[in-house]
Amino acid sequence: MSDLPPYPPLDPSNYDLIVVGTGVSESVSAAAASSSGSSVLHLDPNPFYGSHFAALSLPDLTSFLHSNSVSPPPSSPPIPPSNSHELISVDLVHRSLYSSVEISSFDSEILEEHSRRFNVDLCGPRVVFCADESINLMLKSGANNYVEFKSIEASFVGDSSGELRNVPDSRAAIFKSKSLTLLEKNLLMKFFKLVQSQLAKSDDDTTTVKISEEDMESPFVDFLTKMRLPPNIKSIILYAIAMLDYDQDNMETCRHLLKTKEGIDRLALYIKSMGRFSNALGALIYPIYGQGELPQAFCRRAAVKGCVYVLRMPITALLLDKETGGYKGVRLASGQEIFSQKLILDPCINVGLESLSSLTDQQNETLRVLVPKAMINKEKIARGICVIRGSVKSDVSNALIVYPPKSLFPEQLTAIRVLQLGSGLAVCPADMHVLYFSTLCKNDDQGIKALLSAMGNLIRLPVPESDSVVENVTCEAKPLLLWRALYVQELVKGEFGGVISSMPSPDENLNYKETVESAVKLYEQIMGSEELFKEETSLENTTEENEGGVEIDEN
Amino acid sequence: MHGRPRKAASKPAEEASKDDTLKLRSLQSQFMSNHHQKIYTQEAIQLSAKLLENNPEAYTAWNYRKLAVEDNLSRIDDSDPSLVNSILNEELEVVAKTLRKNLKSYGAWYHRKWVLSKGHSSFEKELQLLNNYQTLDLRNFHAWNYRSFVVELTKTSEQDELQYTTDMINDSFSNYSAWHNRSLLLSSLVAKMADGFMPKETIRREFDYVHNAIFTDEGDQSAWFYYLWLLDQTVKLETPLRTSSWPSNGSIIILSGPGCFTGSSSKFTTFCSESGSFPLILYFDQAVSGVNSSTVTVDSELKGHEDLVWEPVSDNNSQVFSCVWVARLEFDSTEPCSRTENKVKVSLGKSPGIVSSRGCNISTPYEFIFTVHIHDTVGVSQEGIVSWTGGGFDNWDAQSKDLNSLISLNHLNADTGFEWRKKTIKMEIECFRDLPDSKFGKLILARLLMAEETLISDDAGKGIHYKEILQLYNDLMALDSSHDQYYKDELSVALLHKVTSSTESLSRHLFRYRNMNNIVCLRLNNLTLSRMAAVEKLLFVQMLDLSHNELHSADGLETMQLLCCLNLSHNRIRSFSALGSLRLLKQLSVLDVSHNNIAGKHPVDTTRYLCSSPLSNSDETGREVPSKYWDAYLVLGDLMKLKQLDIRGNDLIAGEEFSSLVRQVVPKLVWLDGHKLAS
Repeated sequence: MSDLPPYPPLDPSNYDLIVVGTGVSESVSAAAASSSGSSVLHLDPNPFYGSHFAALSLPDLTSFLHSNSVSPPPSSPPIPPSNSHELISVDLVHRSLYSSVEISSFDSEILEEHSRRFNVDLCGPRVVFCADESINLMLKSGANNYVEFKSIEASFVGDSSGELRNVPDSRAAIFKSKSLTLLEKNLLMKFFKLVQSQLAKSDDDTTTVKISEEDMESPFVDFLTKMRLPPNIKSIILYAIAMLDYDQDNMETCRHLLKTKEGIDRLALYIKSMGRFSNALGALIYPIYGQGELPQAFCRRAAVKGCVYVLRMPITALLLDKETGGYKGVRLASGQEIFSQKLILDPCINVGLESLSSLTDQQNETLRVLVPKAMINKEKIARGICVIRGSVKSDVSNALIVYPPKSLFPEQLTAIRVLQLGSGLAVCPADMHVLYFSTLCKNDDQGIKALLSAMGNLIRLPVPESDSVVENVTCEAKPLLLWRALYVQELVKGEFGGVISSMPSPDENLNYKETVESAVKLYEQIMGSEELFKEETSLENTTEENEGGVEIDEN
Repeated sequence: MHGRPRKAASKPAEEASKDDTLKLRSLQSQFMSNHHQKIYTQEAIQLSAKLLENNPEAYTAWNYRKLAVEDNLSRIDDSDPSLVNSILNEELEVVAKTLRKNLKSYGAWYHRKWVLSKGHSSFEKELQLLNNYQTLDLRNFHAWNYRSFVVELTKTSEQDELQYTTDMINDSFSNYSAWHNRSLLLSSLVAKMADGFMPKETIRREFDYVHNAIFTDEGDQSAWFYYLWLLDQTVKLETPLRTSSWPSNGSIIILSGPGCFTGSSSKFTTFCSESGSFPLILYFDQAVSGVNSSTVTVDSELKGHEDLVWEPVSDNNSQVFSCVWVARLEFDSTEPCSRTENKVKVSLGKSPGIVSSRGCNISTPYEFIFTVHIHDTVGVSQEGIVSWTGGGFDNWDAQSKDLNSLISLNHLNADTGFEWRKKTIKMEIECFRDLPDSKFGKLILARLLMAEETLISDDAGKGIHYKEILQLYNDLMALDSSHDQYYKDELSVALLHKVTSSTESLSRHLFRYRNMNNIVCLRLNNLTLSRMAAVEKLLFVQMLDLSHNELHSADGLETMQLLCCLNLSHNRIRSFSALGSLRLLKQLSVLDVSHNNIAGKHPVDTTRYLCSSPLSNSDETGREVPSKYWDAYLVLGDLMKLKQLDIRGNDLIAGEEFSSLVRQVVPKLVWLDGHKLAS
């Protein structure tokens, strides 16, 4: 970043809020703050919007992953906090979120030709649930005007046999399913009806069948057993509809045993998503041009409300009050000092441990959320991206595939999710598809191993000519791999630290529910306001009956 | 649309609708004056379009437009097709606009058909329009009907249409119209023997398909109706069958004139006739027509069979199709008994003519032979009262062989592809035994078991399911009490089939009545029957005791043409019109309807309209009939042979007024309410 052109100085240099990073949470905060009348400066060190939620071309994605996978060596030996007049400046360091990055191209010629026609997500696989909180926020804020969606046509459950079976997630899907027996259809539909009556109950209390309080507090997996659902259906409900990660049947390895109450909530989100927009094919939609469109839409909304945007602008240091230790402002890479009441930062921004030692207790307290935490025994998420020629399932372009725990190999501890997206979503050239893989893991090796297993199940690796003899027939039918990226991402939670707060990294979930909910909560703590986008009256016009609220392209 | 509650109009909406009404009125009167004066100018035509947009149901306006089109077409130069097209396209536009206002306007859809029949529209456009309307309302039967019309015009293959119904059902299997259309298409394909649509494979495939719907949502009515249709296709044969007769094949009957027959007749059916004739009864499994002396031939030494008159026994007015046909054979009881034995041979179906309402001929020619003994008349006719209680009855000897010939039931022919039908039903039974604790599962299972019973032809296997069927209906009455009357009716049907399923079980209910030539008496009292059934197996019964049941009507009894004594006391009959079917029982001489709920004040039975309000209160002889007794008058007036009537214990019959009416209407009556009438 040494070749950056000189910046013209920013004017004004005083803001209510400075936001660094244009991820989903940061962008929501910037949009919310600007629309409530605060003056906001929104910065991003990258030349694109979205930070870790961005959708990039293959070369840009490659360079982003590489540059964020190793801690850049401090350009100069750590400067002790400099003492200039009444401010003290504390240098910032960049924390890398990614490890074990491995990028391989198997057909560089073709990819070279099309490289700019890719919009590949960093945070994949990720979709939007129609009843997701992110959709509500977009409608509330007006960001929905800047994004268009398409439906994910199908979702499947896979296993080691390579067969992909439709997820029977609706009445019509259960009816059509060829993999369920008649009795299973009966039990599954009865269960869905029970969930629906449970949901209807909370709206207006009638004498419908209810799930007892005791059951609500028991593990969801036990409740499903109690409902006499056979293992294959339990697995579909847990991993392909409730989208759980951990093996709910394995107490030793399961880090999150879901309660029935939570399980019903997750099913409720899915069921509500199915019926929310009449022109959506199912519960899941995806933004055309990639997930980067979402944070960008909030940014555009913020800009309309007066937020100032500067890209390619890292911040190098924080400015604290020498006396009180309170936060005052930031120093930009251009050298300019900008002041604000509050500061929201990308999860990658930390203070170097060396700098901390020389600070006062008050100053340390101000910087609390920026102190790197020890990463012991923390879960990570392994992600993979494959560009393939053809599709993993004929006649289907955009599809979700879930491999429940143990479905691919006995030691598989967590569910593996795969999202295939096609050129209809403007993420890749025609006749190719982009596949996203993810799974939770304890360490990089374990995660990468799981992803490779899922990839092997779906995709054919190009082999040298001499080996082609041993290829069997089933391999021939699989689509051919052209490009692959593997990386492991740390999961960083957002943290409220009074004046300075840190936003979370992309989480392990398929949707934005938790991301957006935590962003909203953080924002409310930071700004002390009760509700985001409160004064926006557009919500009235974009009630759920109004299909025009969210643009879903039907083709 | 379906299942949407109607919202009350708000105040301003009401005001607005008042304004609209006024506008509509003026529009209508303008239009009518145009119509009467046959004005077909552009302006006038546009006025009618405006009227239709406001009120799609204005039928006159549609007709007016048809006249206008004809008028305009007659004026223009035929050689220019574009002119014709523009006129017709205008009509299609108007229809499309009106349908936007009301998807279910009969006039609009009909008008479109009319325009299309002129042959100037692109069918692709029609199908596209239809797809739009069918998205708006999946079950719009107008659109479905119109679709089949367009499909016929375009000669789209039925296979393609079948696929369309599959697609629609896959979208939502509650789409009744799609299922219904599917059944029509399949019937047609099967009838044509189209490739891949043989009955056996088609029915199996459809069962497998509809299972998905029933098991996914067992409460879904659309799938349920389709299933019942399929079941019907499996069990019912297209061609009608003669299933029973009286006299039955190989039976021996004894005929005598009026009076008491003194000889020992315990082995045979005795039939007394005052008129010197006896009925010959044919029962078919479906209503047929064309039973006459040319389709049914009777050979015997008895006289008077040359020009037999066959009459349908039918309660409805059409009288053309009936399951039961009766002819009267004459015999001479005064002739010395030189010929004690007469063989009678009846053959039917040799020449075509007996056809079902669907137009199918009777399946196979059939003949049966019985023997008639004629006995001398002895003594005078008996005038004693018939008592249902007391010791006048002898038990039937269960071992006696003549019972077998009496009840000899025609088993369904085993050759007409029954094996696959039986197998299909068996598979269905297995399948529905899996659907647990569900009312629909139980009901379907009960129906399947009944269906299997009707298909079982060997005596050994007969009757094995009745216990389970009865249990299922008992469960259902407890499970779903709001429909318990329906289940009770089905239970009665099953019970009666059970009783008649074997000679052994039937013989437990059979007696001979000593005081009346030892005639056969069937006692089905105290069985909580709410409906009559299995009558085709009871054609031989002359005396029937149905007392202490829960019958609501005498429906079904008309089939039992030999009935002369009938006990319906202690049932739930509420009006004389519920006894209407008894008018067809020409032999009936003893009737007990005491202790029912026949009410005098308002004999309104909404389920039947036997006596639609008479124009005058007088009968043909000028006698005044109080309107509240009109239905009684109609029923009793037809019972020409009635000698004994018991009507005690009903609200209606309170006092002399009714008694005197009865005496006038039934001149031959001897016993009324247990008392001998002074002659």
